[in-house]
Amino acid sequence: MSPTPTRSRPASNVRPSADLPDATLVGWLRMMTLIREFENRSAQAYQQAKIGGFCHLYTGQEAVAVGTLGALEPDDPVVHAYRDHGHALARGMDPKHCMAEMFGKITGCAKGKGGSMHMFDKPHWFFGGHGIVGAQTPLGVGLAFAAKYELEVLGTALSNPGVDPGAPAKKKVALAFLGDGALNQGALHEAMNLAGLWSLPCIFIVENNGYSMGTSIHRGTTMADDLLKKADAYGIRGEVIDGLDILRLYDAFKPLADWCRAEQKPAFVDLKTYRYLGHSMSDPQKYRTKDEVDRYKSMDSIERLAKHLMEERRCLTPAALDEMHAELHRIVMEALEFAESSPSPDPATELYSDVLVNPMPGMSPIREYVHGEKNPLL
Amino acid sequence: MPRSEMMIEKGLTLVDAINEALYQEMERDDRVVILGEDVGLNGGVFRVTDGLQKRFGPDRVVDTPLAESGIMGTAIGLAMAGMRPVPEIQFEGFLGPAFDQLVNHAARYRTRSRGAITVPMTVRVPVGGGIHAPELHSDSPEAIYAHQPGLKVVMPSTPYDAKGLLTSAIRDPDPVIFFEPKRVYRSFREHIPEEEYTIPIGQAKVVSEGSDITMISWGATVFQCLEALDQLPEDVSVELIDLRTIDPIDEDAICQSAEKTGRVVIVHEAPKTCGLGAELATIIQERCFLHLEAPVQRVCGFDTVMPYYKLELEYLPDAARIVEALQQVAAY
Ligand SMILES: Cc1ncc(C[n+]2csc(CCOP(=O)(O)OP(=O)(O)O)c2C)c(N)n1
Ligand SMILES: [Mg+2]
Repeated sequence: MSPTPTRSRPASNVRPSADLPDATLVGWLRMMTLIREFENRSAQAYQQAKIGGFCHLYTGQEAVAVGTLGALEPDDPVVHAYRDHGHALARGMDPKHCMAEMFGKITGCAKGKGGSMHMFDKPHWFFGGHGIVGAQTPLGVGLAFAAKYELEVLGTALSNPGVDPGAPAKKKVALAFLGDGALNQGALHEAMNLAGLWSLPCIFIVENNGYSMGTSIHRGTTMADDLLKKADAYGIRGEVIDGLDILRLYDAFKPLADWCRAEQKPAFVDLKTYRYLGHSMSDPQKYRTKDEVDRYKSMDSIERLAKHLMEERRCLTPAALDEMHAELHRIVMEALEFAESSPSPDPATELYSDVLVNPMPGMSPIREYVHGEKNPLL
Repeated sequence: MPRSEMMIEKGLTLVDAINEALYQEMERDDRVVILGEDVGLNGGVFRVTDGLQKRFGPDRVVDTPLAESGIMGTAIGLAMAGMRPVPEIQFEGFLGPAFDQLVNHAARYRTRSRGAITVPMTVRVPVGGGIHAPELHSDSPEAIYAHQPGLKVVMPSTPYDAKGLLTSAIRDPDPVIFFEPKRVYRSFREHIPEEEYTIPIGQAKVVSEGSDITMISWGATVFQCLEALDQLPEDVSVELIDLRTIDPIDEDAICQSAEKTGRVVIVHEAPKTCGLGAELATIIQERCFLHLEAPVQRVCGFDTVMPYYKLELEYLPDAARIVEALQQVAAY
């Protein structure tokens, strides 16, 4: 076992992204643009009251989900907080199912019963959006524990979608995404201690967009300019990574993820990013200036990648980019149409289902209560 | 804070009334402090504490990091030392991380220290469904906290009750969970006294008198009950009681009414099984058995996790379900 280097800085001459085929990078641009378009249309649908409740958009942070998940294997398990549409899409969820979930329709990934914060896609190893800030991080530790258990105790993979029975276990890493606000929740600190103590392959990715609702990171947490000290405290390797440039992000993150996988150890990433829009759809944004937002928008990660592909790699023409935009627009419009035309969950069957195993013995049947039917007690 | 033109003309919303009570108690008593996520600069997620930091400063209206366990524990410590903290938890679901502090500590200090240490703290928490939010932002966990000895649990439904009960809660020597039914935060206005006043914790209120059926509810559901009364044939006379305090329960008020009518319907948003309705029904059969003409009925949320908004209205008790129960009880 090699000693754990804490507070490593990526070596600037390592450029794994340089070896990636053009198609991979164009694929990233496509996914980032899809997420942006998806979020723009979600915002509209929210304003038209087609999406209810809360809607936290990922606009501005697209490079983080796409770049980090791009460095993983498709069967590495992932948990996230509630700003989760981008991660679900980047993991491979069909935009139709994602949009239908926000619309509260039965065709949504959680049968329209979860909404914006509760995206789940087990076949893509996406273990969900979570509405309680920070609570997902110990789950990441559990997923990493299971992966290591498969590897070191069982020898074979646990039964899961897409896994052949008896398939040999492989070295995995689990990703636990969190926002900078979650840095202040007790659950995270218990999780980091466990991951460090038990040496589990869990990567804590802080999507550090500088704000927790209206509270800037400097008003919310200690050592805000040196978050790696928090990882130091648990003996976990930490890295600061630029999340505004997906190539730099990947070049820094890929070697770190590979190291976690090879060594089966945890890591902590302070991933600097920025959200362009309000915390949710109803946020007067008194806590920051328009200048600040504009400054970040001028460094937009999607525009930077498109420029790189067109001017440096020269693998993308303006015409091809236009075509991509048109295609993505169509995909998102189709998702909207799908969501709109899908039925709502039927209360007679769906209100009570999936609470425990179906059907659940001993529960008073829902149909007795649905309007017009007799109360069974009288 | 001076009332706005709107308040003078049209009355106060529930939010205005709570804000006014906080303001007046902070003016009256320097030991009252507010703490919570975005309560200061932003005035809280529902803007209930709006303007208070400007008036009382950041030492008394404290913006905290995202840390419910820490907020609750700190408030308990403050209260033990003789302060009057009023922590805000943004939504009822986020009581989860604070549960340990609340139930294992706040609720037990008086007993554990045999009366030497008390926790005069008021925890403000928006509660309940009907705003199109998902689970954890729409739940009704009042029975969970009522089940724990050592906590008082209050849930007003009107601006008048909210102001008087919050004032009492802040002055109360014990921990009080003050649930605010977010569905009616701004749904109507009411003219209420500008000067401070209190409403005793533990007193139910007769909303409308009647002689045939007693209907008991609290929080936002009181308005579904009123809607049901409008739809009921005129020959059924219903006495509607707003419990206002969940714990301690005003047993005398509900039993007096139950003895008079002999028929009782209980309406609440929380799931039926082990909900507060079960406790109320038991109290009524223990104390009023010989007066009862029909089994006590409950109209409740279902035994399922609060669903996302397309099913929300199917989940929440509505006037149609309440009318049906009233008619069945009347006909029994
Ligand atoms: C335990 C808990 N407390 C409070 C909230 C309300 N809340 C939702 S998101 C949020 C801010 C989170 O900020 P951060 O972790 O930085 O994520 P970001 O919004 O920046 O993605 C708050 C306070 C919650 N969902 N859970
Ligand atoms: Mg943040």
